[in-house]
Amino acid sequence: MNGPLSLLAELTHRCPLRCPYCSNPVALERREGELDTAEWRDVLGQAAALGVLHVHFSGGEPMARPDLPELVRHASGLGLYTNLITSGVLMDGMRLAALAEAGLDHVQLSFQDVAPAEADRIGGYRGGHAAKLRAAALIRAADLPLTFNFVVHRQNCARIGAMIDFAAGEGANRVEIAHTQYHGWAERNRDALLPDRVQLEAADRAVAEARVRHGDRLAIDYVTPDYHADEPKPCMGGWGRRFLNVAPDGSALPCHAAQTLPGLRFPSVREQSLAEIWFRSEAFGRFRGVDWMPETCRGCARREIDHGGCRCQALALAGDAAAMDPVCGRSPHRPAVDAILAGRPVTAPDLIYRRH
Amino acid sequence: MSAAETTVPAFVRGTRLSHDRARDRWVVLAPEKLFVPDATALAVLRLVDGARSIGAMVDDLAARFDAPRAVIAADVLALVDDLIARKVLKP
Repeated sequence: MNGPLSLLAELTHRCPLRCPYCSNPVALERREGELDTAEWRDVLGQAAALGVLHVHFSGGEPMARPDLPELVRHASGLGLYTNLITSGVLMDGMRLAALAEAGLDHVQLSFQDVAPAEADRIGGYRGGHAAKLRAAALIRAADLPLTFNFVVHRQNCARIGAMIDFAAGEGANRVEIAHTQYHGWAERNRDALLPDRVQLEAADRAVAEARVRHGDRLAIDYVTPDYHADEPKPCMGGWGRRFLNVAPDGSALPCHAAQTLPGLRFPSVREQSLAEIWFRSEAFGRFRGVDWMPETCRGCARREIDHGGCRCQALALAGDAAAMDPVCGRSPHRPAVDAILAGRPVTAPDLIYRRH
Repeated sequence: MSAAETTVPAFVRGTRLSHDRARDRWVVLAPEKLFVPDATALAVLRLVDGARSIGAMVDDLAARFDAPRAVIAADVLALVDDLIARKVLKP
């Protein structure tokens, strides 16, 4: 068994934005419970020794942590590829200069929409879109590679083509168009966010057309929504296979949403080494490989492709984290997904905003 | 535009060659992705420093590998073109 390739370092749950599609847990960690600088430095050192190559500094808003440049510098010194996943609203010239000087490799900047008023409405933060545009200009001026990320849903997916053109126009090298995943807080807003099939087909078309329009000048990554599909997604590239998430309080997770799974105790980096957690903890072994799989999955030709799909989705929709991913057309729980699609209200209900 | 022997290739900002110590291999790291170069690509990528021309890289490889310079030159040019198309290198 190999060590993880990628570490998602969730430095904090604090965030100025209040996005209804937030996939962080409903109960957020408070500042007092966050790992401190020395603890994060230790986590980064252990991660590099374990074989991690990419570290993604995330949150919440990682720029809410004043020690971010120090952590980037430490990671960079360990040879890790450092990526900052940010909303950009706390970015200014001095902060960016400190990060660039610390060796930051790449910035992923989130946008809520391409229409400014809509973007601010979705993010629940007035002036957010304008702040993001200023951040993009600073990042471009620093000659740092830049990805724009758009989370898309029924309230903004009509503008996907414009989002991609906007990313190109603002100097992004890459754009991610990611359909909302209904984990954490986002699950409460599912009816307000879930696109219907007509919208989804238009979204797919918009991405395909943009790929033709922009050719190889812009890399476009498209994360499709899986409720409408009949094969599950290879969630995290397989449980405990490539990916390690450390939450603000030090809990080590095989995926960002795994804390919702009952009956599993996720060890903390405050109690155990990352190697012990990765190779020997019950939580990381629980859905690793194929032995845990239901009969149908174990006998399926796609078992090494989708690794059995998403455990959090199985829990949320089938009530059992070890069940087949309910999105799969062969799952006995597929009717639960079809019922959600059929029951989607024609008019989107009001958004339920996060409060921090 | 194809690369020529006078071209000085460099890694695109945000992309680099890195030694994966835990797995004892070299990898190219880029935003959200990595790939493992084959032996030929690795020999070339290790010579990319943003200062050395393709011609100089070919001279270096011709001195170390038992193949005609023209053959090596053709391989390196094709490889660099491919890596430019894949946004790993820039001319």
